[in-house]
Amino acid sequence: MSFGDRVRAGLSATGHGVVAIGLGLLNGPVLALWLVGLVLSPVPMLGVDLLHITTMVVRWRADIERRLGASAGVPIRRPYRPSPDRAELGSRRWARWIITDPATWRDMAWLLPGSVVGMTLGVITVAVPAYGLVGVVLLPLWLFLGDVWFGYGVFWPTATVLEAWSAFPQGLILVAVGLGVAPLLRRADMLFARLFLAPTKAAELRLRVAHLTTTRADAIGAQAAELRRIERDLHDGAQARMVSVGMTIGLAERLVRRDPGAALKLLAEARMSNTAALVDLRHLVRGIHPPVLAERGLEGAVQALALHLPIPVEVTSHLAGRLETPIESAVYFAVAEALANIGRHSRAGSAWVRLRHTERRLFVEVGDDGVGGADATRGTGLHGIERRLAAFDGTMMISSPSTGPTVMTMEVPCALSSPRT
Amino acid sequence: MRVVIAEDLTLLRDGLTRLLEAFEFEVVAAVDNGPALLPTLLQHRPDVAIVDVRLPPTYTDEGLKAAIAARTAIPGLPVLVLSQHVEPLYARELLTASGRGVGYLLKERISDVEQFVQAVQQVAAGGTALDPEVVSQLLSRREPLAGLTPREHDVLKHIAEGRSNAAIAAQLFITEKVVSKYINNIFSKLGMPPSDDDNRRVLAVLRYLDA
Repeated sequence: MSFGDRVRAGLSATGHGVVAIGLGLLNGPVLALWLVGLVLSPVPMLGVDLLHITTMVVRWRADIERRLGASAGVPIRRPYRPSPDRAELGSRRWARWIITDPATWRDMAWLLPGSVVGMTLGVITVAVPAYGLVGVVLLPLWLFLGDVWFGYGVFWPTATVLEAWSAFPQGLILVAVGLGVAPLLRRADMLFARLFLAPTKAAELRLRVAHLTTTRADAIGAQAAELRRIERDLHDGAQARMVSVGMTIGLAERLVRRDPGAALKLLAEARMSNTAALVDLRHLVRGIHPPVLAERGLEGAVQALALHLPIPVEVTSHLAGRLETPIESAVYFAVAEALANIGRHSRAGSAWVRLRHTERRLFVEVGDDGVGGADATRGTGLHGIERRLAAFDGTMMISSPSTGPTVMTMEVPCALSSPRT
Repeated sequence: MRVVIAEDLTLLRDGLTRLLEAFEFEVVAAVDNGPALLPTLLQHRPDVAIVDVRLPPTYTDEGLKAAIAARTAIPGLPVLVLSQHVEPLYARELLTASGRGVGYLLKERISDVEQFVQAVQQVAAGGTALDPEVVSQLLSRREPLAGLTPREHDVLKHIAEGRSNAAIAAQLFITEKVVSKYINNIFSKLGMPPSDDDNRRVLAVLRYLDA
């Protein structure tokens, strides 16, 4: 870390120290508010709503601390249980959800100690460099104010001019130490907060299990649906056509001596059916695993997709190798859906796709200059993308203000295999 | 006419050889993998090469890459690429260097033997033969080329598929004279100077692909 970086980090940590003092002052009132909410919660009608609101205030305060933690290099994850379905929202369920979540009580337990630790460390963080700063400017101040001899640092009271001079280096050292230590103090504060505000091992596992259960069910459901679709397509398409080819050839066989002309016609018909069967198979294969994806990987396949759109699509890609096949396929279909949406709804004049792989994560951006207004909670297609990616712990975000443009960002943790030779 | 075939499936390779020999082509070599293709082509210098896109050892687009490499090594070598599926992306890559003597067809087109043989001859003669499927995929995605009437667009589509004026006339139920009038309109609308007709046809197709 360069000197400049250290100074910047120190200054930013000192700034956060000031914020921490202010936030620490909030903790007491927030706790009092929640306790009032808890005491009043049995009151019919309003009680539960009040508890809900006060709990949200507590969580808002804790979330601020988590965000500060992330900025200080101590990420703190949210531990709360998922809220019950709003449709079956009964006041008793709400209360139970809040009261039985251990995270609620851990938030409470943190509020006062957190305030004490946060404010103490905050004061130290701010005070040391501030006192150092005083030392640095003390001498000119003295000379300006005249013979007002106080004292500074190790010389107290200051007796001689030499001792007064020594305030300057002392002050410099204190500023340096203060700024150097400030990030560590911030970190210590956040580590303390993490003891309370991060999910416990049990809560973490519970969240993970809940996530895995949903995504597994989705993945299995999607796979079963896909197999059913393939079976139906084969049955109604290629298979049926091949049956008809067989019948037609059989008929032609019987006719070939008696009526060669008719037999010839039948054979031509058989050839047509055969071609139609191949068309069906080709479409089916494209839907299962597009050949261009197998041949060119994600980059080439996305470029091929781009050519199918009626507007120019710029594809930029920085992938140093191939992805694992299942992920490649999921991302391909996600991009295909996104591009299809652009073609259908966006009224865009141009679009772009960016592929990038850093720190064991694949980032995909699909954007256009169209009208916007895409909503992930509505379209089934977008929801399908989300579910497809979720099976790989991937996420999708969409930014689409009603004035446009739309940018869809997908992120999937995955490894990159070495480039093909 | 001398032909080199690159196809990994024995059944198809032998069938293709038999079919071409029945039409008086001479199959001078048939290889079953990508890496062997270029040396074979350099050795035999055939009039046309018929290449499958997916070949060993990678079973990806080995054949396409080999075909493009061969056209760099032997400029003007006519190549007819066959595949189980068609991609406009591949068509564009094949046509980038030069549109002369390039064909890109679905394998199933072989079943219409006469038309297939015609396409092989067309490519060998320096023409272009794109699969109707590629052409229709390109057609469906783009707005009609600037200023072309629907009828002119139809004619351009048939040119891209490698049809002769006579064939286009038969297909569209018009006379050859009308066809060549349409074609002249297309050329002038695409801003192509008068020159050797065959070359302009190819240029029109390239313009069409790049639209």
